Amino acid sequence: MDLKNYTPPAGAYDEILTEKNRARPELSQLVNFLKKNNYKELAARSSAAELLIRTMGITFTVYSEGQNIDREWPFDIIPRVIREREWRTIEKGLKQRLMALNLFITDVYNDEKIIKDKVIPRSVLASSKDYRKECIGMRPLHDTWAHICGSDLIRGGDGTLYVLEDNLRVPSGVSYMLENRNISKRILPELFEDHAILPMDDYPTQLFDTLSSISPRPKDYPEVVVLTPGIFNSAYFEHSFLAQRMGAELVEGSDLMVADDDCVYMKTVEGLSRVDVIYRRIDDLFMDPEVFRKDSALGVPGLFRAWRAGNVALANAPGAGVADDKVVYTYVPDMIRYYLGEEPILENVPSFNLEDKQQQKHVIANVENLVVKPANESGGYGMYIGPRESKRSTADIKRQIKANPRNYIAQPIINLSTVPTLCENAIEARHVDLRPFILQGNRSYVTAGGLTRVALVRGSLVVNSSQGGGSKDTWVLADKG
Amino acid sequence: MLSRVAERMYWMGRYIERAENTTRLISVNTNLVMDMPKVKHIWQSLLLITGAEARFQQRFTKVDERNVIKFLLNDELNSVRACIGLARENARTTREILPNEAWVLINELDLFIKREQNQGIKRGGRHRFLQEITAICNQLTGILASSMSVDTAYNFIELGRKLERADMTTRIVDVGCLSLLNPETNDISEYDDILWMNVLKSLAGYQMYRQHVQDRVNGEDVVDFLIKNKNFPRAVAHCLANANESCKALPRNENTLREISQAQRHLDQNDVIKLLNESQLHEFIDEVQLDLANIHDEICKTWFMHDLSQAESAGSQKRLEFTD
Repeated sequence: MDLKNYTPPAGAYDEILTEKNRARPELSQLVNFLKKNNYKELAARSSAAELLIRTMGITFTVYSEGQNIDREWPFDIIPRVIREREWRTIEKGLKQRLMALNLFITDVYNDEKIIKDKVIPRSVLASSKDYRKECIGMRPLHDTWAHICGSDLIRGGDGTLYVLEDNLRVPSGVSYMLENRNISKRILPELFEDHAILPMDDYPTQLFDTLSSISPRPKDYPEVVVLTPGIFNSAYFEHSFLAQRMGAELVEGSDLMVADDDCVYMKTVEGLSRVDVIYRRIDDLFMDPEVFRKDSALGVPGLFRAWRAGNVALANAPGAGVADDKVVYTYVPDMIRYYLGEEPILENVPSFNLEDKQQQKHVIANVENLVVKPANESGGYGMYIGPRESKRSTADIKRQIKANPRNYIAQPIINLSTVPTLCENAIEARHVDLRPFILQGNRSYVTAGGLTRVALVRGSLVVNSSQGGGSKDTWVLADKG
Repeated sequence: MLSRVAERMYWMGRYIERAENTTRLISVNTNLVMDMPKVKHIWQSLLLITGAEARFQQRFTKVDERNVIKFLLNDELNSVRACIGLARENARTTREILPNEAWVLINELDLFIKREQNQGIKRGGRHRFLQEITAICNQLTGILASSMSVDTAYNFIELGRKLERADMTTRIVDVGCLSLLNPETNDISEYDDILWMNVLKSLAGYQMYRQHVQDRVNGEDVVDFLIKNKNFPRAVAHCLANANESCKALPRNENTLREISQAQRHLDQNDVIKLLNESQLHEFIDEVQLDLANIHDEICKTWFMHDLSQAESAGSQKRLEFTD
């Protein structure tokens, strides 16, 4: 079955086709291409893409039953397309959001104005798992804590775009975004002739510039390194990819040391060599056994001390995760108004605050029609999706909400938008989200597009690669003229 | 270059060499047993050479062919399988440095040994199994020599290989001497020639020895050849000269060069034939091994910065997992 018989599911917005199976504005060339090539021809291109992924060794690591399995990156050849006009608004909205989030983080570790002005209750902070009292009083360069942010966007049934969450700790996926584009160019070259697609491959350069801009020692070539937990980490491929593309050393905790002068050094065969900026892909808690988890063998003793002394820049800064909490998330529109005096350009998914008795009652009564998420998990773990759950887990979640309302938020189910996807025997609609990456140092930058993740199981809304999700190339189509 | 990467290169070199040497030892001794049916302690001597007697005794009660071979091929520590596994681990974590073909080959060797590990235990399949391993090791040496720049990484691999090789040669010579001095030697003297031939073969040196030494195979010449020959690749003196060359190309090499020169001087100043005849060779070999250990320590101190922090042992694995 090919695109001629394609039907977007009821109630979901399809990114490429209208309900009448017509191309959306400006997408007719892509749709014609897909209609002209039958399933078999597209499947052949898909096999070519798979082969390419295997030979290029694009993998991610899944940890299960005590074993690490290197899996090939799942990729669907049909791209997801956004028009530039809409993208420019999204871009502005994302920059606005990250700017407000950084102001918020500076504020909560310094003056606490937003709390004193009663915009956000103190209890939300006090109970945030990623609030670090060790960071109180710190002012990193440019007042930027989250230099790299990956925000997840979803589109509801009526076409409205929402921000689902902001990942401010160690967001991953950008290497796959770049590799997806490489594969597309090889597999569908003719489409790149017909479409003006905004390039995205300047990301590693932009990342390097952002990291250089926060170096404590302004000089021509600051020593920037990528700190990885090691080869067993699920995102190791990405760590080594980014290090290579930036021309930075890929280091593990044991490669670094903090000397008596509170500076960070890297151990090389030439001797010790001072490090200025660390793009760390290790969680706060594993970063420095002197301050956080004592049993961490991945971190660098004294690293936090060196950061506080201003001798090394950490991206993202410790403590930035405080704004990554799902309850704090519900206040982001308020932050934008409070700090920037602007209206939010991008909408939040409407969320219920479970600490509010009224709202909690409503959620308990209607939980079968809602999504409930733990406030502090990532990777789609621990999510409760009302209509799909058993009676037993429904009873469980009600009990857990009552016992610990701060640990959860509830949201209406947003029926994620769909994109035609090459499935086993046909092109079918599959749900997608989008993770653009935003950088902030001395200036802001947003990738042109992002990583589109797709739920490969029919009807599923879970797009995480650790749970059977795939990915697509994302095209921002330049406006004509 | 990061110290960790240098360390992994060095250990990869050592482990590959160790695996290859152990493979040769097993192979040659399997032949020897057939020539010396009356001699009982051949398998025991393999445990002496690898210095693994104590560990063997923890795992097996009886020293016989089957157990010793099982131990040397499959034990968790220092066996052929374990060495290749660690070499692979070191290669895997430094893939961006190694030529891709080299990584693929090490990976294949690891898979081969794991898949066929029982082939080597019985005499029937042993020869082919061991030959395959030596062949891949040789292939790997070829790939590294022909497609890797002679840079810091290469020099660390070489340094590891040559020290390991020198160490193994001293051990094999040492055990050869011990057998002669052994009180049970009454039954061995008639096999003297075969024993020394076996020693040479363990080090792939029989042919080269015959070309170099015109006389019949005899203990004095063999010992001199294996320790002091400057041209034979497995002779201790040659290995040290190689290590010296590799070391010269590295930064901050003063202390290590000094240790290597000292070891070289030590060889030059001693007459091993005289020592052999005075039954002093065993003590001398102990000193040479100490020299090698000092070189190793200096390498660890200078380039891997072991005194700055407790470095993880090579190939140690961190199995903590994070997701985002």
